[in-house]
Amino acid sequence: MEKKIGLYICKGCGIGEAINTEKISNIAKNALRVPVVVEHDVLCSKQGIELIKKDIAELGVNSIVIAGCSPRVKTYEFNFPGCFVDRVPLRELAVWTIESPEEKQLAAEDYVKMSVIKAQKGEVPEPYIVETVKTLLVVGGGISGMTSALEAAKAGYDVVLVEKEPELGGFARKLYKRVPTDDFSHGVLGDVNIEPLINEVSSNSKIKVYTSSRIEKIDGQPGDFDVTIAKGGSTETIKIGAIIQATGWKPYDAKKLAKKYGYGKFKDVVTNFEFEEIAKKNNGVIKRPSDERVVKSVLFVQCAGQRDPEHIPYCSGMCCATTLKQARYVTDGNPDATAMVIYKDMRTPGKLEYYYKEAQNTPGMMLAKGEVTGIREEYDKLVVTLEDSLLGAKAEIEVEMVVLATGMVPTTKEPQDYLIGLAEASAKGDEAKAQYIEKTKKPEFILNLGYRQGPELPFLEGGFGFVDSNFICFQYETRRTGIYAVGPVRQPMNMAEAQEDARGAALKAIQCIEHVAKGMAVHPRAWDTSFPEPNLTKCTACKRCTEECPFGAIDEDEKGVPFYKPNRCRRCGTCMGACPERIVSFKDYSVDMIGTMAKNVSVPSEDDRPRIIVFCCENDAFPAIETAAFHRHTFDPAVRFIQLRCLGSVNLVWIADVLSKGVDGMLLLGCKYGEDYQCHFAKGSELAKYRLGKVQETLDRLQLEADRVQMYEVAIDEYWRIPDIINEFMDKIREIGPNPFKGF
Amino acid sequence: MQGNGNPSRILVVGGGFSGLTAGIEAAETGSEVIIIDKNPYLGGRVAQLNKYFPKICPPLCGLEINFRRIKVNPLVTFYTMAEVESISGEPGNYKVKIKINPRYVNENCTACNACAEACPVERISDFNFGLNMTKAIYLPFEQAFPQRYVIDRTICPKDCPAPCVSACKYNAIDLNAQPDSIEVNVDSIVIATGWKPYDASKIDNLSFGKVKNVITNMMLERLASKNGPTQGQILRPSDGKPVEKVAFVQCAGSRDENHLPFCSYICCLASLKHTLYIKEQNPSAEVTIFYIDIRTPGRYEKFLNNVKEQTGVNLIKGKVAAVEQDSDSDDVVVTAEDMLNGEKIKKRFDMVVLATGMQPEGFEFKVPGLKYAVDGFVIDTDGIYSAGCAKSPMDVAGCGKDATSAALKAIQIGARR
Repeated sequence: MEKKIGLYICKGCGIGEAINTEKISNIAKNALRVPVVVEHDVLCSKQGIELIKKDIAELGVNSIVIAGCSPRVKTYEFNFPGCFVDRVPLRELAVWTIESPEEKQLAAEDYVKMSVIKAQKGEVPEPYIVETVKTLLVVGGGISGMTSALEAAKAGYDVVLVEKEPELGGFARKLYKRVPTDDFSHGVLGDVNIEPLINEVSSNSKIKVYTSSRIEKIDGQPGDFDVTIAKGGSTETIKIGAIIQATGWKPYDAKKLAKKYGYGKFKDVVTNFEFEEIAKKNNGVIKRPSDERVVKSVLFVQCAGQRDPEHIPYCSGMCCATTLKQARYVTDGNPDATAMVIYKDMRTPGKLEYYYKEAQNTPGMMLAKGEVTGIREEYDKLVVTLEDSLLGAKAEIEVEMVVLATGMVPTTKEPQDYLIGLAEASAKGDEAKAQYIEKTKKPEFILNLGYRQGPELPFLEGGFGFVDSNFICFQYETRRTGIYAVGPVRQPMNMAEAQEDARGAALKAIQCIEHVAKGMAVHPRAWDTSFPEPNLTKCTACKRCTEECPFGAIDEDEKGVPFYKPNRCRRCGTCMGACPERIVSFKDYSVDMIGTMAKNVSVPSEDDRPRIIVFCCENDAFPAIETAAFHRHTFDPAVRFIQLRCLGSVNLVWIADVLSKGVDGMLLLGCKYGEDYQCHFAKGSELAKYRLGKVQETLDRLQLEADRVQMYEVAIDEYWRIPDIINEFMDKIREIGPNPFKGF
Repeated sequence: MQGNGNPSRILVVGGGFSGLTAGIEAAETGSEVIIIDKNPYLGGRVAQLNKYFPKICPPLCGLEINFRRIKVNPLVTFYTMAEVESISGEPGNYKVKIKINPRYVNENCTACNACAEACPVERISDFNFGLNMTKAIYLPFEQAFPQRYVIDRTICPKDCPAPCVSACKYNAIDLNAQPDSIEVNVDSIVIATGWKPYDASKIDNLSFGKVKNVITNMMLERLASKNGPTQGQILRPSDGKPVEKVAFVQCAGSRDENHLPFCSYICCLASLKHTLYIKEQNPSAEVTIFYIDIRTPGRYEKFLNNVKEQTGVNLIKGKVAAVEQDSDSDDVVVTAEDMLNGEKIKKRFDMVVLATGMQPEGFEFKVPGLKYAVDGFVIDTDGIYSAGCAKSPMDVAGCGKDATSAALKAIQIGARR
């Protein structure tokens, strides 16, 4: 279909008074050859919208530029299905934020020009759709995995459940009782009821269970994964739509607590996991290991090897309530028995407080804050020494048995440690790598992803081996599209939390399948049907795109030529920014489009009128700029803002092109990077910073100063910083002086 | 049938963090979703927060993404200033009557601010917990969605010549607007009505409202926010003095049979975060936190350690007995007992922050047709699922998980057809 652009300029909200719209119309008609140009007093009014609709129907307008206000205000009005639509916030960027009348006009002209170029270069995307398999794979058959499987089946989806043990049930099968999920009015020891759940899962016609099985390989992409399952000596490859990793946790190795608590030395010092086994074996009667005597005094040591930089530095979240439960095994039915709990902080958040209250009101239960400093054996008793407790600065307590509340370590920790070590060795060279592989015991991998970027879910900095989301708001955000971690493999959590979490992950897996079936991206660009279309004939196999993609969406063949897996892609454009050959484009977003827009910004010839291009992240930095406008902050009139999907899409060619046109400086505004990154595409702003480190070469070639290009981290609520950032940068530019290319 | 052959129709009551999450996550599986909120904007309680723990990142960052997901998704509709009047029917076929209160500003509004400039009367800002004023016609906050003004008609004088109406060039103001009522037919309902800060004035010994410069943790959020009443400077209310010595009283009303019997989950982490707010503005400030147990579960332990490492941060296990006005200044005197050494502490502070807990919305205002526990939290039934703090006290991350889980329960109802 032939492109026909319509430019609609609103004169309302003071635009008509501040801007000579007629002049803009003439520029559009004559210089930009826009066939349909209309000015309107109130474009968002019914007549305004009708007028545009009429032009679509009668004149065949299909690419629409709305020059008026920000879509933050008039969000739904300018919605024309099937048309390419771009909005120019003239009111915010020209009228409100610039003081001088001439500069307002010039800014308005530039912004309209850029938007028309965008409309000229951009197309309405057509989705990439492959035949989508809607079956889910759940790896791990514990309570999290079983819940995910069953709940997804209840929503109408087929599920394949793979468990490495011969039976389903995971840790829950080893429990004697559980902490009830109700308000504890029906007792404080709940039945685990794992058998009915196992039966429900096993007998559900939508769930196929593989026990004693493991994942040998996962290839492909969401909606179209090829999963190879190994069982016994044979393998089977099946098509899968999305994947849930529910491989859980392992108890912390208590042998490492031998020195501190005498674990392994004294038979009657056991872990909370062993204590649970004892209770289950004897149906609630607690017999201590050394002499099988039924015990009447047990001391529980909370945070054993937890919240401890020498062991696990985090809190496992579930041990306090678990201990309160296990203490009941000792006291229930034994009026003369005592269970003593020594804790750092009693952590029963939320409604679990009621569980704590029950414990506090239980005869025989003694709960005290304190620090256990040592355990020794005297005759057939254990003597526990305490410091800084509510019992005084120093105290000793004699008991028959000690339980160490040890914590959980995610099953991903071991593979992750190995892979991190491997990456570090590889960075040192081939020899170091070979040595590492030879000397280090290779753990069993879990997912065995056939991804260029590694066989497991990516490692979260400061995450202690958990494969968690880095986002508070988006708990299931993953850097491997269509693969979601759930339960204690991603965060320490208790059983009730894991079951809710299991539903959440199942929903996300379903959502991913439904989106890829429509050729649509998943979070955060969950509406986007564009996808990267590389012109591979010009590819030099430099591997930058495959290395930099934050989502592992691009594999490569033996020659290093990238192989795009569009359903893994989040459409951030990091590959577009990475490519030195500029061969990666989206239908509505390309190196050429943004580059041409930036190159066509006016550059005043006077030396004292600088021009600055600001590339800003559309998710956070640009909303901050618009918010500054709503506060009626004003900016230096030198700046022109261009929104990008993510700073990861900044291609260095833009910088060279723009500076060689005489633009005096370029500012990049993106999200916070580093360990607590806020970039919605994980690595975008970090990569922009990294690339800027290499821009010096380009600038040297142009004989320009490196300081002409700078990057700032700006959060969405830091609108108040925008004028200052711009002023600071302008001062720098004025100090450097005008770009010598000005006027060429 | 394989896959989502029968998309559900879902009503989400509450458009805060949990409601938005439940609604959008469900809609992106193909279900039709209606979100209603009683406020004139979406975003709920988190819109009032300055930053989230532990990343110290702005709530608007995530809200912006979720608003965008709503804006582009034709399956999501929403109503602000709306509340449930009645629910009838059963899973797969609920009829819900919704009352939509008048905003007095219609969709013609362009957020140009001419009306507010013309408005002669002021009202106490509820968004800022009474710490400042807004005009009677106001934008709830500058990044509010929808970005449209609203009028507090209870404050408009009867004889007001209504200069807002003449100032508006776009006929956006209708002072005679009447409540509207709609009925929707849905398969399932998600209740995400959230919480409100517990009324601190009910806790006698902590003297909120009686002693100057005793504020709540939510008030501190607004003081620390750039878009708040002090443009982000943490100044004590009585005389606008920057604070040097601040005390936090944990479990103010929480874990207390006479007030909120449960633990509110977020207050320990919130006070640690607030400590960072204060230390950022004044590195030499001294912060004392009186606590019963420091509850920073899971990986939050790292956050606790980061704050504890700072100089001038004292964590004292002890219950606060009294909060009193200093006899010759605006300072506040706190009396407490250090439970570990038994010593009595009597200390003067510039300001005292009460870490007040969450009172579930359902404690006072119950949605007709729902089941509630005595503590005010919602009890789920088949077809009606609670999410986030309507169900149990939890943090934002917990709400994210719980609301996504509720979305799955909600879409299962349509699949039964």
